[in-house]
Amino acid sequence: MPEPFIEFRDVNKSFGKLQVLDRANVSFYQGEITAIIGKSGAGKSVLLKHIIGLLKPDSGQILVRGKPLSQFSKAEWTRFKRSLSYMFQNNALFDSLTIFENIALPLVERTRMPASEVRKKVMYRIEQFELEGVEHKYPSQISGGMQKRVALARAVVTEPEMILFDEPTTGLDPLRKNAVLNMVAHYQKEIGFTGVMVSHDIPDVFFISNRVVIIENKRIAFQGSPLELEQCDDDVVWQFIHGHEILQDQLTGLHSWIEVEKVLKSELARVNEAEDPSVVVFFWVDSLEQIKEKVGYIAAQRIFQCMGMSLRESIGRSGYAARYGSEGILVVMPHADSNTASSIVKNLADECSRQDIMDPASYTKVCIEFSIKAGIVELRDSMSFEDVMSQAKKNQKVIAEMKCNQGRG
Amino acid sequence: MPDNTANQGSHGVLAGINWLGRTTLNIIGELGAIGIFFFYGLAMIFSLPFQFRKIVQQIYFIGVKSFLIISLIGLFTGMVLGLQGYYTLVKFGSEGMLGAAVALSLIRELGPVLTALMVIGRAGSSIAAELGIMRISEQIDALDTMDINPMRYLVSPRMAASVIVFPMLTALFDVIGILGGYLTGVVLLGINSGIYFNRIYDSVVMRDISEGFLKSLCFALIVSTICCYQGYFTHMRREGFGARGVSLATTSAVVISCVLVLVIDYILTSFLL
Repeated sequence: MPEPFIEFRDVNKSFGKLQVLDRANVSFYQGEITAIIGKSGAGKSVLLKHIIGLLKPDSGQILVRGKPLSQFSKAEWTRFKRSLSYMFQNNALFDSLTIFENIALPLVERTRMPASEVRKKVMYRIEQFELEGVEHKYPSQISGGMQKRVALARAVVTEPEMILFDEPTTGLDPLRKNAVLNMVAHYQKEIGFTGVMVSHDIPDVFFISNRVVIIENKRIAFQGSPLELEQCDDDVVWQFIHGHEILQDQLTGLHSWIEVEKVLKSELARVNEAEDPSVVVFFWVDSLEQIKEKVGYIAAQRIFQCMGMSLRESIGRSGYAARYGSEGILVVMPHADSNTASSIVKNLADECSRQDIMDPASYTKVCIEFSIKAGIVELRDSMSFEDVMSQAKKNQKVIAEMKCNQGRG
Repeated sequence: MPDNTANQGSHGVLAGINWLGRTTLNIIGELGAIGIFFFYGLAMIFSLPFQFRKIVQQIYFIGVKSFLIISLIGLFTGMVLGLQGYYTLVKFGSEGMLGAAVALSLIRELGPVLTALMVIGRAGSSIAAELGIMRISEQIDALDTMDINPMRYLVSPRMAASVIVFPMLTALFDVIGILGGYLTGVVLLGINSGIYFNRIYDSVVMRDISEGFLKSLCFALIVSTICCYQGYFTHMRREGFGARGVSLATTSAVVISCVLVLVIDYILTSFLL
């Protein structure tokens, strides 16, 4: 591993009685983009503000190329600070200066560049960030998305060695969000700056990052490459990577897979000793990939939403249901038998057949035939998880079907 | 129980001493901070390259834009001085002294003080509010991250402009006030205009004018330092944050500046007389 550009060693920081960083050890490497993720208020921005000197650690050290920041001479500190740019979460644009003056400010105040040269550089950035026509307006006269781009333009206009981005995409529409991430990745390759980015855009931010740092509960829960992140089996890390799936599950009214897996394991262990059975139902949507491809993600999500709602109603608190893989839902019902499971399956079939997703009239352009299948397994002695799944697949039957009208599909 | 009462009494005395000590330390700390802020802001005026453009902008904001209000206040102050002065002097049959009375009270006292109070209300409050908003919206932090010294960029031009503008506005106030006195004394109440101006010419000496200017220079430094300080450190206030913090900073800036102007005026007058 090369020497880190910036390294935090056992950094502690508190605001009054509230501790924000607890022995933080993080490294940022030259020429890489590091994404810092964590819940709101977890101390991500605090970490950034330490790098640029807006905050000082209560204890611990911050090293720049191996030398502690606290031992920097005034000249060294000025040189280091001038090689950085900081993009604030709320943009921090100067509201009494025009957009042009905002972007030009670091050049005008820090350099002795002739006015024509400043104008050339600023106009280049204005064009690059699609801000033509607003250069004479004031920040309050332009949209939030534009303000974000002005802040970005101001951050890159000095061509810094390192840029610290504090949530650069918050408040942008999805198209601009991707454009900003794209732009960061593009200029990072072109200019070669080191980027540190606090972001909530999971998983998008992983695509442009070389390293990921997760802050959870005042501590660094993970640091490494996005690949290492994907293979990490820590619970906290898992929740961050699959955050969007958790939201989908919440919308469908399902539990998280972690919860259901725990219940299933304990039930498998329990049925070995107890007499009352437990039952597992595996629902599976046939041709889901085709629906996603030809109709869309929303249609696919609607199918799961309908299944989730029906399951929530019929199993209530007596069972647990979660997405299993991309096409299935696994239901675990402790202390229940096959009859209960059958009635749940019937309910689901009736409920979903009534919904618009099972109505051919809803598909105006292309119609895909698909079916919902269900397999019931009663848990018995010495069954493994794999046994349960293979048994469920063996027992599965079609419970609801979408048939396209003739001449369509 | 006598023992208990004694204990409570000593506890109360200790708490009192504790409070006194804490408050004194806070005041001394605050005074020290203002002192450092003042000297640092002043020193930054002379740091290179000079910030001519920004100083001129502030002269326009603090000075030119106060022109109308200072003229109006000066005019009515002079007029009321003329009116009151006339009715007092006429009792002693010396209404001819009206010009001297109006001019001396304006040049030595009312000119510098009322100008300072007016500028505090118009420009001082807006300096505190502007810097306060810049602080809470992280604009001052943004300057810091760009390695632009916020004291040099924001505070020094305002201090320099105040030092230039206060004496000029005071001079304007004095002249228009004298003309106001002329309006009531000469035009309305019929004093001879030659006598009015001749008395001014006879009684006002250069020392009166320079003392008035010295006062206005001191007020310029006090007002600009206090207003900038209150705005600049809005975020350090314990009583309020955000918009409330800014409103408190603006109020403190105006109140503290006004009180200090009057206190310093008394001290300076007693030394200069």
